[in-house]
Amino acid sequence: MRHLLAAEGLDRDTATELLDTAAGLKQTLLGREVRKLPTLRGRTVITMFYESSTRTRVSFELAGKWMSADVINVSAGGSSVGKGESLRDTALTLTAAGADCVIIRHPASGAAHRLAHWLSDTPAAVVNAGDGMHEHPTQALLDAATLRERLGSLDGRRIGIVGDVLHSRVARSNVHLLTCLGAEVVIVAPPTLLPSGIDSWPVTVSHEIDAELPSLDAVMMLRVQAERMHGGFFPSAREYAISYGLSEARAALLPEHAVILHPGPMLRGMEIASRVADAPNALVTDQVANGVHVRMAVLYHLLASEGADGV
Amino acid sequence: MSETLLKGVRCYGDGEPVDVLAANGVIAEIAASITPPDGAEVIDAAGQVLLPGFVDLHTHLREPGREDTETVATGSAAAALGGYTAVFAMANTDPVADTAVVVEHVRRAGEAAGLVDVHPVGAVTVGLAGEKLAELGTMAESAARVRMFSDDGHCVHDPLIMRRALEYSRALGAVIAQHAEEPRLTVGAQAHEGTQAARLGLSGWPASAEESIVARDCILAAHAAARLHICHVSTAGTVDVLRWAKGWGGGKDTARGGAGFAVSAEVTPHHLLLTDDRLAGYDPVNKVNPPLRTGADAKALAEALAEGVLDCVATDHAPHAEQDKDCEWQAARPGMLGLQTALSIVAETMVRPGLLTWRDVARVMSERPAEIARLPDQGRPIAEGEPATLTLVDPEARWTVRGAELASIAANTPYEGMELPARVTATLLRGRITARDGRIR
Amino acid sequence: MASRSRDATGNAAERELLSAGDVARTVARMAHQVIEKTAVGADTEPPVLLGIPTRGAPLAARLAERISEFSGVTVPHGSIDITLYRDDLRHRPTRPLEHTRMPSSGIDDKIVILVDDVLFSGRSIRAALDALRDQGRPKAVQLAVLVDRGHRELPIRADYVGKNVPTARSEDVSVLLSEIDGRDAVLLRPAAEEGQS
Repeated sequence: MRHLLAAEGLDRDTATELLDTAAGLKQTLLGREVRKLPTLRGRTVITMFYESSTRTRVSFELAGKWMSADVINVSAGGSSVGKGESLRDTALTLTAAGADCVIIRHPASGAAHRLAHWLSDTPAAVVNAGDGMHEHPTQALLDAATLRERLGSLDGRRIGIVGDVLHSRVARSNVHLLTCLGAEVVIVAPPTLLPSGIDSWPVTVSHEIDAELPSLDAVMMLRVQAERMHGGFFPSAREYAISYGLSEARAALLPEHAVILHPGPMLRGMEIASRVADAPNALVTDQVANGVHVRMAVLYHLLASEGADGV
Repeated sequence: MSETLLKGVRCYGDGEPVDVLAANGVIAEIAASITPPDGAEVIDAAGQVLLPGFVDLHTHLREPGREDTETVATGSAAAALGGYTAVFAMANTDPVADTAVVVEHVRRAGEAAGLVDVHPVGAVTVGLAGEKLAELGTMAESAARVRMFSDDGHCVHDPLIMRRALEYSRALGAVIAQHAEEPRLTVGAQAHEGTQAARLGLSGWPASAEESIVARDCILAAHAAARLHICHVSTAGTVDVLRWAKGWGGGKDTARGGAGFAVSAEVTPHHLLLTDDRLAGYDPVNKVNPPLRTGADAKALAEALAEGVLDCVATDHAPHAEQDKDCEWQAARPGMLGLQTALSIVAETMVRPGLLTWRDVARVMSERPAEIARLPDQGRPIAEGEPATLTLVDPEARWTVRGAELASIAANTPYEGMELPARVTATLLRGRITARDGRIR
Repeated sequence: MASRSRDATGNAAERELLSAGDVARTVARMAHQVIEKTAVGADTEPPVLLGIPTRGAPLAARLAERISEFSGVTVPHGSIDITLYRDDLRHRPTRPLEHTRMPSSGIDDKIVILVDDVLFSGRSIRAALDALRDQGRPKAVQLAVLVDRGHRELPIRADYVGKNVPTARSEDVSVLLSEIDGRDAVLLRPAAEEGQS
């Protein structure tokens, strides 16, 4: 694996190996006082966040630091990123300075692909930490890791993704990864929040959340971003909550073993009822914890070996 | 004036090779064999195809404002090398070509370059803002003699402004060229709305945004008995709308299409050849507006061009600086070079599959665009006494596109490294050789 | 004990250093040595055996079993993965992780005996010592190996050695264990690839 740009295109063996490594790392670090592995000593990891996301940036930073990499955070504001320097120039500068890995979050879809293209003559690896409406592969990996912990193999599992699929990179990455791992994905959203080409996706589409919940092994509630609420994609937050929010009554429709995921930050009361979010089968905090292990696994697979035939 | 003898050309690709002698700017003689007059330049065409010089209704020459990407002079060179003898320079310059001053500047720069007739297009609205009509009459009466108006790059989206522009242009004998894009449907749009955009997470540019404006404007033009030209048609649905509108019988005094009503449309080479499959990888060299569509759209466009529902090919030649292209997709500017590759793309997409003959190529690249723009001395028949404004094409040639080798200052060609058929070997503008064997004269 | 044979592909001679019976006898002898050296008995804290995967782990389990059998004292055992502590990660393809399993009694203030199949350069043991340090603070750390083949690159020596085998650097010593390989044996091959452990 040279870069991690998207969940699309990951094959089942690679995805499984990443998840197994993440599980192994989690177990290795379990209950330890000193959460530090020497594995990536001397490696330099740069995070470039063109969108603020404390959650994801901290998770990557911890992942790097727990493996002893030197992690440098570059974010808009305190750097040339905020001074109009092009992404291309910034990336080339940072890798010329010796970065082994660049982790990028960017509002433009495809930014990570472009970065990988510009860095193709350097040994630096690129990790996509979320690009526009395209993908967020480590989020999908941490979701899958969380689901595997609770459900075991995802083969044949029915997993619902509810909400703003149109603008969601989390949904795109999850559709690719979950189906690659053998799960059946059911998308539930109003037609205005579905991408126009969704009929070609390997998913079932529904507009009736109540009809789907009883057959799901897991349900993933997506964020509804504030700017969408005023974009005319649906009439009101109230109507969205009534039609697609995971209320207590709705959560009760889920089978007993089913679990609830949310990539956060949650809009309690609209996307998900507060009590549902705090219920024992809501795995939001597990997701956050697994995020670090999954990102450690990604860095391990990208950076530990200089051998040509890694994963 | 120097004389040029073209030996062994096949006019329109038909019949036996003949010799064509150009003298004093006109075709002096066409005969089976002509002895070269003293001092005449002889081009041994060896059966190559002779066509009337190409006319491009849609070119961005970037002057004034972005002379770092193209000037009237470099764009004229690219045009001559591509077989063009007349180009229409779009108005979205900086400052915008919405006054007589700017259009006259462009016109003069074209004359100074002297390689191709450069006809400035005037803006429909002040600053392309879509709010207030520009001084169309003043531009029409200026030394630039503007006969085509367009806000290209922007749609004249306000139906009232569009109606007034169509009505007003009637008195000027001008045509309004519409960039059909309903802006409310394309906020933030980055790619053709479809499976590929959905996969890549790019905001969709729906076909309906083009089709709804084309339908609206055909109706407005019919009621105004005005002449409407649709720029860069990109969807199969627009073809259907145009077929429907043309069925009203432009020129006849019917309920819808009053006398004087006429609608014409152009298609770009890139919409004939390229599809949104090329977007994987996010290389912005493929970013263009309207966006690359699906294979089904490209097929419908090619068939419509063959059928005549689409009148002509126009390049939408759009030079951009490297920093505006080698960046994130979303930040990149839309557009691609087209003047020097247009003929080859038409050969590849239309002539090779048998959709058009070389006779038809003369129609879609020269005669129809000259008619639409009402250019009296372009797109003329290849006959004695007619202007020697001609393009010689080697249909058997194959060449590989290299952006850096093109005459434009910018190099943003989507065809980089592609091997294409057919090549322009000579271009004559009123008897003068402007380009020969890939070199400007 | 020593015999000559051809390996499965038939193109390289391999020599059996230890037979299945030899392996069993060697493990038993090592068990006795551990009992003696660490004074395993009812009154003392038993040592903790930690095998280094892959083959150190079942060896540790066998050794623990023999010690219990001979002394009557249950000896905790587990495994410690050293992958993340290796100093040769950069030069090899990415390795999947192995299992780390600490006995519930922990390792703090205990005698920990690291168990591996072959002692060679000593680098694996160094990595294991680093890994151990992140797991806790043992009273002492000892090392038990089934085979010591020499060629040390670090100042490391084993406390319990099943068999010392003089080898050439190019040779390859393979320990086979029934839990993993279906049979017990120790083989010496003229190696195609650089040895390790």
